[in-house]
Amino acid sequence: MSGTDSAESATRLSAHFDATIAHDQRIEPRDWMPDGYRATLVRQIAQHAHSEIIGMQPEGEWITKAPSLRRKAILFAKVQDEAGHGLYLYSAAETLGIDRDELTERLLQGRQKYSSIFNYPTLSFADVGVIGWFVDGAAICNQVPLCRSSYGPYARAMVRVCKEESFHQRQGFELLLTMMRGTEAQRAQVQDAVDRWWWPSLMMFGPPDDDSPNSAQSMAWKIKRHSNDELRRRFVDMTVPQAEFLGVTLPDPELRWNEERGTHDFGTPDYAELMRVIKGDGPCNAQRMERRTKAHEDGAWVREAAAAHAAKQQALRETTKEGTAA
Amino acid sequence: MSSSWPLYEVFVRGKRGLNHVHVGSLHAADERMALTNARDLYTRRNEGVSIWVVRSDAITASTPDEKDPFFSPSGDKVYRHPTFYAIPDDVPHI
Repeated sequence: MSGTDSAESATRLSAHFDATIAHDQRIEPRDWMPDGYRATLVRQIAQHAHSEIIGMQPEGEWITKAPSLRRKAILFAKVQDEAGHGLYLYSAAETLGIDRDELTERLLQGRQKYSSIFNYPTLSFADVGVIGWFVDGAAICNQVPLCRSSYGPYARAMVRVCKEESFHQRQGFELLLTMMRGTEAQRAQVQDAVDRWWWPSLMMFGPPDDDSPNSAQSMAWKIKRHSNDELRRRFVDMTVPQAEFLGVTLPDPELRWNEERGTHDFGTPDYAELMRVIKGDGPCNAQRMERRTKAHEDGAWVREAAAAHAAKQQALRETTKEGTAA
Repeated sequence: MSSSWPLYEVFVRGKRGLNHVHVGSLHAADERMALTNARDLYTRRNEGVSIWVVRSDAITASTPDEKDPFFSPSGDKVYRHPTFYAIPDDVPHI
């Protein structure tokens, strides 16, 4: 193929890709796509997958400490779901030609990130409820539009995740309702958890739009459907009436309904804190990574043993087959 | 640290009477583990009554942009569709 031919072919492929996006059709794994699109997806999906896996830790700590068998079973199911979500997402990432092990390695080496929210500690059982309500609520705001993301496998994984996420949010809210009907001390615990998780939850939506370098391109490619600030605003609008119902106060003196704009005005999260936590300097970063690394290393013998067993069985089958053939 | 566990594609039959549908992939040491992992990963809420797993490298697929030559044989055969045939309106049950 001459240089001109290949240039022409690249233009044609690129035009076809653009047209597919413009017509709101999905890009599928074996389609041609720009390198930047592929790299952005790998980064975003991997980061999302890592978040689900690391996200098992803050709540996992409470499985043995949950106050009843019912709460233990619920929490166990929820943490198992987070593992499942991570695996759906790693599966989607692999369709882009990257190996799951490579992604794990990048996480363990700190070359890929996970959501800042999981670097905060879970100090009381009320935190489990608030995580379900805020963190999973914020995740739903983020993820529902991603069900229409332009990359097919990612969008399909998000459909599965979203179906399950609603259980997560509702169990959290129900937990908090139960505690709010309890003693004064329990209500104080809930308010304390709300005070600690509110701002970090708002930070989950990422930096403000004017400081989010990748956003515009991601939206043009329809990987993302709404800006960080738009999603943050939706989350606030969704959560305020729920807080009123629950009887807790959201810790933002600037929070009020804006009749004219038909939405809430609210304060600005401490984005310097967000940057610090993302860069590794949050309250639990070291602990989370340490535990993830240990789990990976502790599991090494299981992976090796299973592979050895599979190889042995395979060899046995082949011997038997040869025996039969002879 | 390259993976010694191969990749499997997973297909789930949602209920009796439906086809198996591709739902995703997973890594497993062998077929049996792939099947049990698929159950735990893709059918935690009764999403299936039957699961197939198949090694990803055993699948042969058509090339990407499925718009093109590979499917063109069916593109110009309008006579394969019922609407190709003009039948008077007053012929019953056709």
